[in-house]
Amino acid sequence: MSHATQDTAVRTGRIARTFIYLVLLLFALFYLLPFFVMLANSLKPLSEITGGNMMALPQDWTIAPWLSAWSTAQIGVEPTGLRPYFLNSILMVVPAVAISTVIGALNGYILTKWRFRGDTVIFGLMLFSCFIPFQIVLIPMARMLGLMGLAGSTPGLVLVHVVYGIGFGTLYFRNYYAAFPTELVRAAQIDGAGFFQIFWRIMLPVSGPIAVVNIIWQFTNIWNDFLFGASFADLDSMPMTVALNNLVNSSTGVKEYNVHFAGAILAALPTLLVYIVAGRYFVRGLMAGSVKG
Amino acid sequence: MGFLDIRNVTKSYGAVEVLHQVDISVQEGEFLVLVGPSGCGKSTLLNMIAGLEGITSGEIAINGRVVNAVHPSKRNIAMVFQSYALYPNMSVAQNMTFGLEMHGVPKPERDKALKDVAALLQIEPLLDRKPGQLSGGQRQRVAMGRALVRDPDVFLFDEPLSNLDAKLRVDMRTEIKKLHEKLKTTVVYVTHDQIEALTLSTRIAVMNGGYVQQLGTPQEVYDDPANVFVASFMGSPSMNLIPARLRLNGQAAVEIADGAGQPVALPLTGTPGGAQDGDALLFGLRPEALTDTEGADRHARNIVTFRNPVDVVEPAGSDTFVTTTLGGKDAISRMRADTRLTPGQTCDFAVNMDKAVLFDPRTEQRLRLT
Ligand SMILES: Nc1ncnc2c1ncn2[C@@H]1O[C@H](COP(=O)(O)OP(=O)(O)OP(=O)(O)O)[C@@H](O)[C@H]1O
Ligand SMILES: [Mg+2]
Repeated sequence: MSHATQDTAVRTGRIARTFIYLVLLLFALFYLLPFFVMLANSLKPLSEITGGNMMALPQDWTIAPWLSAWSTAQIGVEPTGLRPYFLNSILMVVPAVAISTVIGALNGYILTKWRFRGDTVIFGLMLFSCFIPFQIVLIPMARMLGLMGLAGSTPGLVLVHVVYGIGFGTLYFRNYYAAFPTELVRAAQIDGAGFFQIFWRIMLPVSGPIAVVNIIWQFTNIWNDFLFGASFADLDSMPMTVALNNLVNSSTGVKEYNVHFAGAILAALPTLLVYIVAGRYFVRGLMAGSVKG
Repeated sequence: MGFLDIRNVTKSYGAVEVLHQVDISVQEGEFLVLVGPSGCGKSTLLNMIAGLEGITSGEIAINGRVVNAVHPSKRNIAMVFQSYALYPNMSVAQNMTFGLEMHGVPKPERDKALKDVAALLQIEPLLDRKPGQLSGGQRQRVAMGRALVRDPDVFLFDEPLSNLDAKLRVDMRTEIKKLHEKLKTTVVYVTHDQIEALTLSTRIAVMNGGYVQQLGTPQEVYDDPANVFVASFMGSPSMNLIPARLRLNGQAAVEIADGAGQPVALPLTGTPGGAQDGDALLFGLRPEALTDTEGADRHARNIVTFRNPVDVVEPAGSDTFVTTTLGGKDAISRMRADTRLTPGQTCDFAVNMDKAVLFDPRTEQRLRLT
């Protein structure tokens, strides 16, 4: 008797598990479908798209749309492809992420280990900056960039993104460093390490997980930003997102969907890469930041 | 003028004063222990000596130099923290030489200092490990090593043994004592463990509520406590404090109630100044001054015996603790391990009146005999 009940228990377990996997598989397919459509259609000649089925695999495989999107497609008025704008985005995102991460870490370090009168108020104000909608600052920011002579330039965009990035960076690092034992800082003080030596030699080496969290967060946000790019960049500093929009909107004559798909994938590639390379640390970092404090 | 002078130092956080007028002078080579219950201000005082906390008023001088405004790294002190505070990203060797590096000591000298201290503490095999790969006891050694390489004027220890298990704690205690006897460096050591205080120190400052209650050698603090707090904090089991009355007709004596409520007179070796016949007293008696008649100290001059019932018998290995009722309260007597007493039995107790101390029950201050 008992054997029989145990048997059913196992069988129901197996059924339940099959069911769970089936549902998960379905969801995975559902999420992957758009990517499949983009990838499949970016590898077809245009005629196969206009004349046929969006869901079908290419019959005549070609990488011509990719080459076109990268180097020859019409962006606005110039037939440059996305390449120069990809470079613009890199030149914007790398310094912006680096600077906002370093400043965020420094702020976190000061707000937890060099407490001063009113530090919580300052932290509160910094947090507040995370919630200010982009649209509100557009006009004052344009004016400021103009006054500083940075209007329409990549450094100008870097500045805007750094300003916006500091809030989140500070939040991440402050919460992470709050759990960092203050006795270590005191020991280092007695050992004769100064403000920056403590930061470089003691704090930063153990900040890996939270730095990765911050870098992924900032990188995705800044790379994907459209509004600031569209508002503050001119032709020479235009980031990838704006260029992609121009590619899709400005083609005269026939819409080259295959080129658009290839361009869109190109635009998404760096963030994808960052997730794949650093994603493992992302989850770990979030855990370390929240559970252990 | 001592080697380390704490002169009328107070500490306030906002309006709250947590240390009141602390005045301690430590001679070179002394081992001063700050002992007291949690929250009494031991760590605060130690951190003020280290320069990690500001001094609200008063001054602290090390080696003849007032250090109130001197940065921690320039005070020539080294500190061992309760959590050890080892830098997790550095190897043991790097941990130990970091301070020397920050003070601009050249590499060959650093390596030599590291080698000497590692040999002294027998941690050579650990030098390449990270703190995360060490046991608690090993971490403790490394933390001490980090302090030792600096060759400071003063060592500051903040409860360095409290994270170790009981056995290791006793071993490390002995080791710290040996180390001090060898190096003869001035030490200020914080603990809330009165045994550590008594065994390690050359002098003890017993603290409570931000006040230094008594400053003296371990023997002074133990045998000659200044007040009820010191008497009951130091010693384990703690001193019996028996409600009593003073009798001054004839020879001065204290009168306590025995187990049956009958008065027993215990003659004193002097009279407490200013006290009147019939005054209420607290009669303080260490458990080892209340024994069976065979166990009484043969060198004692004033032994008084009386009979009283035994309430509880607790064998504790080397001793047996016997509880009896005196003055309406439990009194603990320390007897030999092989005592054959059983609860309910009546026994002859011997009181060593040489060791008896009296307190005023209202002020809780000591009443000295004249
Ligand atoms: N930053 C602070 N602000 C306000 N009060 C404080 C602060 N730091 C310590 N105190 C108070 O000062 C008193 C002494 O603290 P301290 O840390 O010196 O105690 P301690 O004797 O070391 O105790 P323990 O044995 O628990 O370590 C405590 O009552 C504590 O509440
Ligand atoms: Mg403490």
